[in-house]
Amino acid sequence: MKYYAETHEWVEIVDGIATVGITEFAAEELGDLTYVEMPAIGAVFEAGAVFGSVESVKAASDIYAPLAGKVCEINDALETNPEVLNEAAEGEGWICRFSDVDQSGLSKLMSREDYLKSIGK
Amino acid sequence: MELIFKLGAPGRRGVTLPKCDVPRHSDNDLPATLRRSAPAGLPEVSELEAVRHFTLLSRQNMGVDTHFYPLGSCTMKYNPKINERLSALPGFTDQHPLLPQLPEGGALCQGSLEALYETERLLSDLMGFAATTLQPMAGANGELTAITMFAAYHKSRGDERRRIMLVPDAAHGTNPASAAMAGFESRDIPSNPEGDVDLEGLQAMLGPEVAGIMLTCPNTLGFFDHNVVKVIEMVHQAGALAYCDGANFNAIVGRVRPGDLGFDAMHVNVHKTFSTPHGGGGPGAGPVGVCERLVPFLPKSRIVKDADGTYRLEYNYPQSIGYIAPFYGNFSVLLRTYVYLLMCGREGFRRISENAVLNANYLRERLAPYYEQKYQRSCMHECVLSASRQSAKGVRALDIAKALLDVGFHAPTIYFPLIVPEAMMIEPTETESKATIDAFCEVMIAIAKAVETDPDSVKRSPQTMPIGRMDEVAAARNPVLASL
Amino acid sequence: MPFIANTEAERQEMLAAIGCSDLEQLWEKAAAPKPTSDFATLPEGRSELEVARHLTHLAGKNATDLVCFLGMGYYDHFIPAAVGEIIGRPGFYTAYTPYQAEASQGTLQAIFEWQSAICRLTGMSVANASMYDGGTAVFEAMAMAMRVTRRRHVVVAAGLSPIFRNILKCYSDSQDCEITDIVLGDDDDRSGQEKVLAAVTDKTACAIVQYPNAFGAVEDWTKTIAAVKEAGTLAVCATYPTALAVLKTPGDMGFDIVVGEGQPLGMPLSFGGPYLGFMCTDMKLMRRMPGRIVGQAQDSSGRTGYVLTMQAREQHIRRSGAMSNICSNENLCALTALVYMTLLGRQGLVEVAELCMDKARYALAKLTSIKGVRRIGSQPFFNEFVLELPKDADEVAGRLVEKGYAAGFPLGRYYPARKNQILVSVTEKRTQEEINGFANAMEAVLWS
Repeated sequence: MKYYAETHEWVEIVDGIATVGITEFAAEELGDLTYVEMPAIGAVFEAGAVFGSVESVKAASDIYAPLAGKVCEINDALETNPEVLNEAAEGEGWICRFSDVDQSGLSKLMSREDYLKSIGK
Repeated sequence: MELIFKLGAPGRRGVTLPKCDVPRHSDNDLPATLRRSAPAGLPEVSELEAVRHFTLLSRQNMGVDTHFYPLGSCTMKYNPKINERLSALPGFTDQHPLLPQLPEGGALCQGSLEALYETERLLSDLMGFAATTLQPMAGANGELTAITMFAAYHKSRGDERRRIMLVPDAAHGTNPASAAMAGFESRDIPSNPEGDVDLEGLQAMLGPEVAGIMLTCPNTLGFFDHNVVKVIEMVHQAGALAYCDGANFNAIVGRVRPGDLGFDAMHVNVHKTFSTPHGGGGPGAGPVGVCERLVPFLPKSRIVKDADGTYRLEYNYPQSIGYIAPFYGNFSVLLRTYVYLLMCGREGFRRISENAVLNANYLRERLAPYYEQKYQRSCMHECVLSASRQSAKGVRALDIAKALLDVGFHAPTIYFPLIVPEAMMIEPTETESKATIDAFCEVMIAIAKAVETDPDSVKRSPQTMPIGRMDEVAAARNPVLASL
Repeated sequence: MPFIANTEAERQEMLAAIGCSDLEQLWEKAAAPKPTSDFATLPEGRSELEVARHLTHLAGKNATDLVCFLGMGYYDHFIPAAVGEIIGRPGFYTAYTPYQAEASQGTLQAIFEWQSAICRLTGMSVANASMYDGGTAVFEAMAMAMRVTRRRHVVVAAGLSPIFRNILKCYSDSQDCEITDIVLGDDDDRSGQEKVLAAVTDKTACAIVQYPNAFGAVEDWTKTIAAVKEAGTLAVCATYPTALAVLKTPGDMGFDIVVGEGQPLGMPLSFGGPYLGFMCTDMKLMRRMPGRIVGQAQDSSGRTGYVLTMQAREQHIRRSGAMSNICSNENLCALTALVYMTLLGRQGLVEVAELCMDKARYALAKLTSIKGVRRIGSQPFFNEFVLELPKDADEVAGRLVEKGYAAGFPLGRYYPARKNQILVSVTEKRTQEEINGFANAMEAVLWS
């Protein structure tokens, strides 16, 4: 099950590993994405900390960690094909995975339904 | 066009140098390990090939000399030719900047020092400040200089908790970027429904951590904020300083002095208000005027006029923020400014701002029936229209910009300020005639009509330029930034 | 003469169209304040002829007949006439920043060619459109290194130009960073490679070195740079572009960021500006570089053209998170450098560099044959060297000015213990006769 942040990230936890990305809505708002700035593997982030950014031709947006954790994997495919983010932001366009996740932060995130409501959809 | 590297032939050259008139050095003077392995791959062309290549390239640009260039907020006024001629006099171009730092070297540069001193004085008088520095090398560099002085001022008073810089949401991106570079945290202040600073919003943000405000005056919507004086008062009451981004000074020069309104510092972009050419992206200059209490913090060096009428450089300012530029600013750009200052004089500047405002309002009046305006107000030197009505038909501000290129007008600034949807910011400047403005308006009206009948025709533009619309997405995804 | 087009009759027509009886009414309508000053201290406007006369008079008060041995990063090189003619084309100098690519291919292609040329000269793969000058380019390189590494410690080698070092101080005082300066003895012309390496830790963002350094020394940094990079530290090189026509490139030495002052590439000295900062790096760091960058692109019908690219790094998009606040840079100066490099070309720039070396060596031999004059240090050099004089260098330089020579730069201004030392620079413009005259004048000042 995915959880959503007000800052337009999603997170899904499977076997203690959290996969994080930006929402389809955010990807669409930014337009054709040209570059994804990735965190370093092993980097540790607090919930709400900036861990990367996405760029399009006319916009740039920071990405915030929805939960505290340690980066254990990044989606290499985005480095050469950032368009995957536009095609499947909430699937193949995941950005990175966190281990050592503080799951208590989940309570501050939204369900998909609430998120869609928050963006007026 | 082919790149210059594709032209020419091996061994061809554009310049001959004098024969060496001293003994050649031996190869051992520079060990092989310190020599480059092969000459740099620079072009091998004749002088004619170089001249023709670059001349043809120059013809692929629109410029003020050939086209109406109503790029709002950028103020593309005419660049008088005498500026170029006089700034290129060998007496000015051939002096090494370290010359005045030699003992008695100042005596060798009295002409240059006088020109700089007088430029400072005239700018101080026009802006209404106690002193001006000519060091900053561009407008954004001037912003940074000014707010670095703000930081130094607060620090000198032991008030180092002031780490916040307030910036209106309609400001140029350089404002928050300069604030960040000077070590401040920038906070957006909202605009009210009239496009002015929201006073309640401002009040709520003021406090003991606020170092200052960066206010563009007139603002980036082309309006004179009704509350400027009030805003400055509120900021001062909170112990903070008020900085005027003088990007739009050309709207009020010769009538209103920002120093008189209470601002503590401001920069001017000399290419906007003082007619120096923009050069396709610089070099510029961004002189900064300051009020009395900021004078001790001005960058070094400063030019001093002694009682006997001689000029010299002075460096002994212990509270100075230091060296913003290597020497005395972009000297030859400042000379152009000086020439223009002398030619326009007191009366000329008043007429410049009045005519800039008249031209912009006339243009606004003519286009008002065809394009939306977010704010129903008379403007100063530029007007911001919106293509929101046209975008409902699928034609965006970008399409209108491209359609203008096709008929020989440069586009206005588009998508700025960010708070106006589909913004088109148009600035005719005082140097354009009614006839040119009328011709531009006719074209804008024709485009608005074409949007109603055949929107695709607008969206297909440009058709007549050397190239069509570029795939900027592909260019940014897989950048090709050099031919190696 | 304010260059206003409209006549009084046209003004009246326009006022009528906007429903105002006069300009004052329009100003009231626009809510602009009444005049705040009578501007009594401003002079009346003058005619072109009068202003030309005044400026010509001022230019005449400047001494331009001194034989120039001043350098220190800013050099008296020969500039072919075609350079000025080309950059004086209205299509280049009266254009704005190339926001509308279709109407700006001239500027855009020229910047792309400039980026290519400076990369070829420095041995790097990516360059930006320009920075303000060499000193601010050094600061921007440092800021970039801190961004990339997320570290806040910087090591500055001995021999970074004191002019650049002053600028670095001014811009970095507000940054949360710590700078370690490497200092050697006052009898040394080297940069202190071992000390640089020793000062680098796993907290160091970058090491900044100058090549050739401010004392003129040319040093091979290859091994030190490799070791510095092992700490995850970036290596930044400030360089003299003319020298790179013959010297091993910073790219070949392994530097990550190469910056410098581009004035020697065709810009007149002009009493301090405008000059040209350049910045080069490699593909892996390009998206963290400040400033405008031009890229190649295709239009919808497949034609090749050029656009401003990767703009999401810049202030107009990223605002407070931008790589720098720089907006307008020194475009026309970058064009100047491109045209200069094109005219001199592959062989010509090498010849300029070789002539500089020949004449500098001739000058060094002449000057050091004077009693009591010796060279400081013994590193290989390009066209600049430090001499120790038997007297206060400031005083000697002052006396030589009277004899018609800008003798070089007395180092005591920046290095108090080096008060008897002077930095002498020799370009291809100096003739044997001038150098002989200079040496004779020096001898006379020292010993007669």
